[in-house]
Order: sequence, then structure tokens, then C-alpha cells
Amino acid sequence: MITLENIEKVYETKSQRVIGVDKVSLTIQKGEIYGIVGYSGAGKSTLLRCINILERPTSGKVIVDGVDLLQLSGKKLREARQSIGMIFQGFYLVSSKTVFDNVAFALKAAGVDRAERKDRVLELLSLVGLADKANQYPAQLSGGQKQRVSIARALANNPKVLLCDEATSALDPSTTKSILSLLKKINEELGITIVIITHEMEVVKEICDRCAVMQDGKIVEQGASYEIFANPMESLTKEFIKTVLDFQLPAKLVQNCTGTLVKLQFRGNLAEEAVVSDMLQQHSVKGNILHGKVEYIREKPLGIFIMEIIGEQPEVNKAINYLENRVQQVEVIQGVS
Amino acid sequence: MFLDSIVDLLPELNQAFLETMLMVGIGLLVALILGLPMGILLYVTDRGLFLENRLVKSVVGMIVNLIRSIPFIILLVFLLPFTKWLVDTTTGPLAASVSLSVAAIPFYARIVESSAREIDKGVIEAAVAAGASPWLIIKDIIFPEAKPGLISGLTITAISLIGYSAMAGTVGGGGIGDLAIRYGYYRYDDTVMFTTVIVLIVLVQLIQYLGDFIAKAVNKR
Ligand SMILES: Nc1ncnc2c1ncn2[C@@H]1O[C@H](COP(=O)(O)OP(=O)(O)O)[C@@H](O)[C@H]1O
Ligand SMILES: [Mg+2]
Repeated sequence: MITLENIEKVYETKSQRVIGVDKVSLTIQKGEIYGIVGYSGAGKSTLLRCINILERPTSGKVIVDGVDLLQLSGKKLREARQSIGMIFQGFYLVSSKTVFDNVAFALKAAGVDRAERKDRVLELLSLVGLADKANQYPAQLSGGQKQRVSIARALANNPKVLLCDEATSALDPSTTKSILSLLKKINEELGITIVIITHEMEVVKEICDRCAVMQDGKIVEQGASYEIFANPMESLTKEFIKTVLDFQLPAKLVQNCTGTLVKLQFRGNLAEEAVVSDMLQQHSVKGNILHGKVEYIREKPLGIFIMEIIGEQPEVNKAINYLENRVQQVEVIQGVS
Repeated sequence: MFLDSIVDLLPELNQAFLETMLMVGIGLLVALILGLPMGILLYVTDRGLFLENRLVKSVVGMIVNLIRSIPFIILLVFLLPFTKWLVDTTTGPLAASVSLSVAAIPFYARIVESSAREIDKGVIEAAVAAGASPWLIIKDIIFPEAKPGLISGLTITAISLIGYSAMAGTVGGGGIGDLAIRYGYYRYDDTVMFTTVIVLIVLVQLIQYLGDFIAKAVNKR
């Protein structure tokens, strides 16, 4: 649905040359939700804005739904933009217009006539759950409601793609959840491809099928969100994963452990299998679970446990061997192995 | 005695007042017709905006700065040939309103530009992302969003024009300024002087009040 080829964006100012996006290539499939994570200044917004040519790349190619957008200008480009919705962290609603008129504006931009606009706006407002707010002004709405209005506006012309620039970053956790589930619903029911950029790994965990991690204008790692969570390669990715899967044990607890500390990571359904109890039954060791958590990455379970294994060293080693055969990832944190 | 001289003055005061209103009215109208589009042009051709155009921006900006840097009284004299050509006279309120208009255009244009700048750039960008045409963005986003600023800018322009019109009065432009100069300055008539001052104060207050009221009424923020 979206193909970016060697996108480069350089900002030339009098005193310096800033590279916003550094030769990024990316393919986003039809119907998927794609996340781009990175710290502030990584170039996420710039990259996203290249997709609808709000920012014209210095070089590279932007293909959306088979159309080479950089070849377009004027009216043709505006028409292409009508099939790419966009929402922002700051909502950017027109404060002097009612909720109704804010949404109607997008339809006006596409030349939809007045009577048709009315029906479509009401339909959109009920899709985002704001049918009763049509005549209010943005100043009278909460952050979550404002974002819903901007989603309605972005969807007005039946876009194929929805671009989200930190769409939940200004919202509290529970509002974030509700906006994310609205986006998920839009993706599933309307089949709209969604690109979402964020600095919150929670967002990726909740809704992204695949994701990329950005740093200094480059994509340092990308893949299926589940794989990224289960097996991050780059240190930056690991840092981001930690914000969701943090497994710090209290130092005192670690000191007082006499046995061997191992960290086990289970994937998918394995989390439900009785690996640990099998291991304990078949070896003459004792086990203590010190920490454990099952996270659901886009509804697929990923289990992480930290346990202490106590017993004779050869038997402990055998037990660890056994685990290594049945569990994807076993890491000895402390103790001889 | 005081009252008597005011009553004597009334017909002339009345006419001077009407002349001032005419001059200011014409100036405002021209500011609205030419200064408003010029201000919008200055805004939309700015860096990062949807009609970014370095050349247009700097040429228009330079003309605006040029006119604004000339003190009004000098502009008035400088424009006399132009005024003569345009309205075939260099005295009276109509003649004065030519130079008032020329001064009002860039004055209001700058106010329009700066009130448009107050709009969050993101709002404009969201409209660009929606695929809206430049004209639709100007008409449907910039105007309504800048409306309170545009109205209070018109108030400021009107008040400045009253001040300028008094200056125009000193070189035969008519209006309240003319009256004040003729009676107050050349004849040392304090009564006329005070009366004109009071009329001006009341007029300015009234315009300010009205402008604030309308600006507030249209503000939805
Ligand atoms: N208009 C601009 N002019 C100059 N530099 C810019 C501009 N926009 C972005 N940048 C620079 O590009 C880099 C990436 O910015 P951005 O895409 O906004 O990052 P992110 O969205 O990941 O926080 C930053 O270093 C930023 O300073
Ligand atoms: Mg950003």
C-alpha cells in the first residue's frame, strides 16, 4: 500500500545542514497497522509527513496505492491527499468551527455537495461516538473527544491510509486505550491501512502488526511487533521494550539468592504449557518463581519469568538444559552454569 | 458664554465630524478591500506555508515597509500629485482620504498578517493534509480563525486614521483636525479646542468599545 524508497530529507539552514530522514526504505502492506517508534528528534514526524508530501523529500520515491506521489502537484496532489487521512498529537481542529463543520470541511475540500455532506458528517460522528456533539465547539470537548473529531475528519473522504502523528501522546492512559481501540476498529472494519508514529511502546504492543525503530533519521530495526518484543536486536530497541517489559529485581533479593537465577521467555501458546512443572518433576531441584508476567503483544501472549533454581550443580545444569530445549530463550542471570 | 459659543459652533462641528467620518470611512474601506488581501498574501507566501513564495513575500513586504516608514505628514505632501490626478483636487476630505487610504493599506495589511500568524500552523497543515485548495483554506480556515484579530485590527486602524485625519486637516483636508487647527491654533479659541478634543475622545472610545465587543462576540476559543 505504501512504499518508501530511499527517502532522504535534508534541512538546509544558513548555519547548518540537518538530516531529518536519512535514506529510509520501507514497505507497508495493505490493511496492516504499522508503528514507527523512536525518541523525539529521531525523524519520525518528518518521515510520516513525506508519505502525504506535507514534506517534500530531498530525494527518494513515495508510492501510495500504486501512485508515485512526487510526480503529482496542484489539484492532482490534493486529490491524492484526500485518500490519505492524517491525525496529530495536537488535534488541530478549527476552533471557530463546530464539530460538524470541522468534519464537513474535509468533505468540502473534496467538493462534496452540501446535502451529501450532512449525511456523511453525521455518519462519521456516530462512527467515532460523538453523534451528540455535532454543534459543540472544540473548546468544549475533552482531549479524547477532540481526537475523535479529528479521526472523523481524517476518515471523511474514505481514505485508504490513515497517518497518525503521536495521536495518543497528549492523552491520559485510559483515553489512549479507547482511541487505540477506535483505531483498531477502523482498521478491522474499514480495512484502512494505518501508520502510527509514537514514542510509547504501549501503542505498538496494543495495535501494531509490525513496527520499525528509528534513530537519527534511520530505521535501525524493523519486523513483526511480536518478534521485536520477543527478540530485540538493537540496544535502542531493547531500551524501548524495557518500558513495557521491565524485569528489575530488587538488588537485595538478588544478593540473598543462593541458587542459580534464570530468565525464561515463552512464546505464544507455550506460556500455557506446564514447562516449569515438568522441569521440576523430572529433576531433583527446587524452583522459586521470583518474577513473572505474561504480556499480550497484539493479543499474542509473551511470557517472561525469572526463577531461582536450587540444587546440586550438575542437576541444576541438567534442569537448565532441559529448559533450553523447550523454551525459546533461557538466560542465566546469576550463578554458575 | 461657553454654551453660547458651542451652539454657534454646532453647524461647523457637525460638518467637521461628518468629514472626519467620511475620511476615516473611506480609509477603512480601502484598507479592507486592499489591505486585507495584501496581509493574507504576506501570510500565505511566508516560509513553510502553502503558497510559500520568497519573491512575492519580499516584494510585497518591502512595499509595505516603505510606505510605513514614511511619516504620515510627509506621505500626505508626497502624494499630492497623485491625489490631484486621482480626485482632481488637493483639498477637502476626499483629497485627504486618498493619502489616508494609502497609509491604511499597509498598516492594516501588517495587522492582518500578524493575526493570521496567531493561528496554530498545525491547523493550516491539517487542512493541507485534507487536500483543501489554497482558496478554501483562506476562506474557510484563515478568515474565521483570524476573525477576532481582523476585527480588533480594524479598530486599531480606525483609531489611527482618526489621528492621521487630524494631520490631514492641518493642510486643508477638512474634518475635526481642521477645525481644531483653525480655531484652536490660529485663533486661540479654547472652547473650540476643548470641544474638539472631547468629541475625539468620545469617538475613539466608542470605536474601541464597539470593536472589542464585536471581536469578543465572534471569538469561539
Ligand atoms: N522544518 C525544519 N527545519 C529544520 N530542521 C527540522 C525541521 N523539521 C524537523 N527538523 C529536524 O529534523 C529532525 C527530525 O525531526 P522530527 O521528524 O520532528 O522528529 P520526531 O518526530 O521523531 O520527534 C530533528 O533533528 C529536527 O530538528
Ligand atoms: Mg514528532
